[in-house]
Amino acid sequence: MAGQRARGKSLVIAAVGWVVAIWIFFPIFWMFLTSFKGEAGAIATPPRLFFVPTLESYHEVFQRGNYWRVTFNTLGVSIGATVVALLFSIPAAYAMAFLPGKRTRGTLLWMLSTRMLPPVGVLVPIYLIARNTHLLDTVTGLALVDMFTNLPITVWMLYTFFREIPVPILEAGRMDGASRWQEITRVLLPLATPGIASTALLSMILCWNEAFWSLNLTSSNAAPLAAFIASFSSPEGLFFGKLSAASTLAVAPILVFGWISQKQLVRGLTFGAVK
Amino acid sequence: MATVELKNIRKTYTSEEIIKGVDLSIESKEFVVFVGPSGCGKSTLLRMIAGLEDISSGDLLIDGRRVNDLAPAERGLAMVFQSYALYPHMNVYQNMEFGLKLAKTPEAERREKILAVAQTLQLENYLKHKPGQLSGGQRQRVAIGRAIVRNPKVFLFDEPLSNLDASLRGQMRVELATLHRRLGATTIYVTHDQIEAMTMADKIVVLQKGIVEQVGSPLELYDHPRNLFVAKFIGSPPMNFLPGTVIAASEEQVRVRLASGQEIAVAAGSAQDLVGAGVTLGVRPEHIRLGDSVENRGSGQVELVEYLGSAAHLHVRMQDGALLVIQTEGGVGVHADDAVTFSFPAERCHLFNSEGVALHRRSSGRMAA
Repeated sequence: MAGQRARGKSLVIAAVGWVVAIWIFFPIFWMFLTSFKGEAGAIATPPRLFFVPTLESYHEVFQRGNYWRVTFNTLGVSIGATVVALLFSIPAAYAMAFLPGKRTRGTLLWMLSTRMLPPVGVLVPIYLIARNTHLLDTVTGLALVDMFTNLPITVWMLYTFFREIPVPILEAGRMDGASRWQEITRVLLPLATPGIASTALLSMILCWNEAFWSLNLTSSNAAPLAAFIASFSSPEGLFFGKLSAASTLAVAPILVFGWISQKQLVRGLTFGAVK
Repeated sequence: MATVELKNIRKTYTSEEIIKGVDLSIESKEFVVFVGPSGCGKSTLLRMIAGLEDISSGDLLIDGRRVNDLAPAERGLAMVFQSYALYPHMNVYQNMEFGLKLAKTPEAERREKILAVAQTLQLENYLKHKPGQLSGGQRQRVAIGRAIVRNPKVFLFDEPLSNLDASLRGQMRVELATLHRRLGATTIYVTHDQIEAMTMADKIVVLQKGIVEQVGSPLELYDHPRNLFVAKFIGSPPMNFLPGTVIAASEEQVRVRLASGQEIAVAAGSAQDLVGAGVTLGVRPEHIRLGDSVENRGSGQVELVEYLGSAAHLHVRMQDGALLVIQTEGGVGVHADDAVTFSFPAERCHLFNSEGVALHRRSSGRMAA
C-alpha cells in the first residue's frame, strides 16, 4: 500500500516535471522547427507541425552574415571574460572565505547589489569610457564589461565553494611549509576544481547569452552572436525563418556545451543547497 | 630534539582574552598533554605554538630561540590534526611527500624516508591509495606518517584520537606511546580525555578558561590535585565531593563534620586557622572501603550498581541526601536498595577550602612500592 502510494506520488512528480520541462523547452523547439520551414512556412497560419524541411533560411543567414566571425568573437569574449574573471575572483574568494574580516559579509552583499542595478543605468558612462579608451566595438572591450558584470557572481560562487573546503587541510599545507601561493595552487585549487569548473561554466554561459552590452558596445567588428541574431530582426520586416535559423546557430554551441557539462552545472547551481 | 618554552603567552581576540598568560617549559623528549574541558583554550594554545594563530603577547622559544614571528614550517614542528586533514586529491605517498617536496628534498631521499615511515606505520600496501579509500585508523596513521617524515623537532597532536571508535582509540593510544618512545621526539598533545592524558603523558597541563590550573606528572595530579577543578577533572569516575565544616585541626590531622553529622579525620596539616570554616572533602571512588569501621565511618543506601566486570560502581545515597560513588572489586554481592557502610581512609582524603584550593596533604597517599 505504502509502496503503491509512494509510486503514485513519484509518477505525479515526474508528470509535473515533464510538463514544466516541455513548457520551458517548447519555444526553443519551435524556433528549431521554424528555422527549417523557409520564410513562407514560418508565417503560415495555422502553424504547421509537419512540413518539408528546407535549408533555405540557413543558406541566407550564412550569405548575409559572417557566422564564423561572430562565433569567434563570442568565443573570444566568453573565454577571455571567464579567464580574467577567475584570475580576479579566485584570490578574492580565497581572502573572503579563509581570512574573513569584519566587513567581509558586507562587501559580498555590496558586490552582489551591483547586479541589481539595471545595466541601462550605467550605459552612458560605460559607453563613454569605452569610446574614450578606444575599446568600443572591440572583443577586449566587451570582454572587460562582461567580466566586470559577472565578477560578483563568480566571486560569490567561488566563495561558497571555498567555504566548503575544510580549513585544517589548508593549515596542514601551511604546516608542511607551503607558501600562500603554494597553498592556493597545490592544495586549494585541486580541491576546488569542481567548483571552479562550475563557476567557469556559468560565466561562459552568461557571457555567451549577454545581449545588452553586445548590442550597445559593438557594431561590425566585434559583434558577437547576440548582435548577429538581432541583425536579422531588421527594419525591412520580421523574417522568422532567418531569425530562427540565426538563433539556432547561436544557441547550438552553448547548448551542446551545456548539455555535455550539465552534471557539473547542476552541481554548481545547487551547491550548498544539497549536501 | 628540542625544548619548548612559553613565557607569559597571551591571546586576545577582539576584546576577549582567550589565553591569559601561560608559562610553561617543556623538556626535550617530553610527552606533554594539554587537557581541559572544551573551550579552555588548549587547542588555541597548541595552534599558537604551531604558528597557525598569532601570539598576542609573550614569548615562544623553541630550543632557546624566539619563534613568535616565524612561519609554521620554519619552526620545525609537525602537527597531526583532529580531522587528519589529509590532502584528499593526493595518494598516501604524495601526502607524505608534499612537505619534503616543498622543502626541496631530493627525490631519492624522499623515497627512502617515505618508505621507511610507511613500513613503521604498516602503510606499505596503501601508498597508492587515496585517503578516501582508507579506514579511520589508516588515515590517522597517514597523518602521523606525514608528520614523521619531515623529522620535526616537536610533534603537535590536536585531539588526534577523538574521531576513532573506542577500541581503535585504545589501540592507537598504545601505538602513539610506543612511537614516542622510539622516536624520542618532544611531543605536545591536546585532548579533552583525561584517560588519554593519564596514560600517555610525562607531564600534564590542566587548563581552564585560558589559565594553567596545574602542571605535573599524571600521578602528581592524581594524588595532589592543587584545587577542586583539577580534582574533578583527573580521575575516572570523578572524585566525590562532600561539604563539611572543620571542627578541629592539629599538625597531623583535620577533623571535619559533614553535613550528615558524621565526623571524618583527614591527614592534612596546617589548617588550624580554618577551624569553623566550611570546606569540601574530596575522596576518590576507588579509595572508599566498603565494610564497617570505627574511624571515618559512613553509611547509605545503594541506588544503582554499575558492573564493569573487573569492578563495580555503587551509587550510594547518604542520609543527608548526598550522592557518592564507590568503586569496588567485581561482584561484591551488593545490590540496589541494599544498605551499606563504608569508610574514608584518612590518608586518602582531600580537603579544599572555600576558594577550592587544596589543603596540604601530609601523606602522599601512595606507598613507596
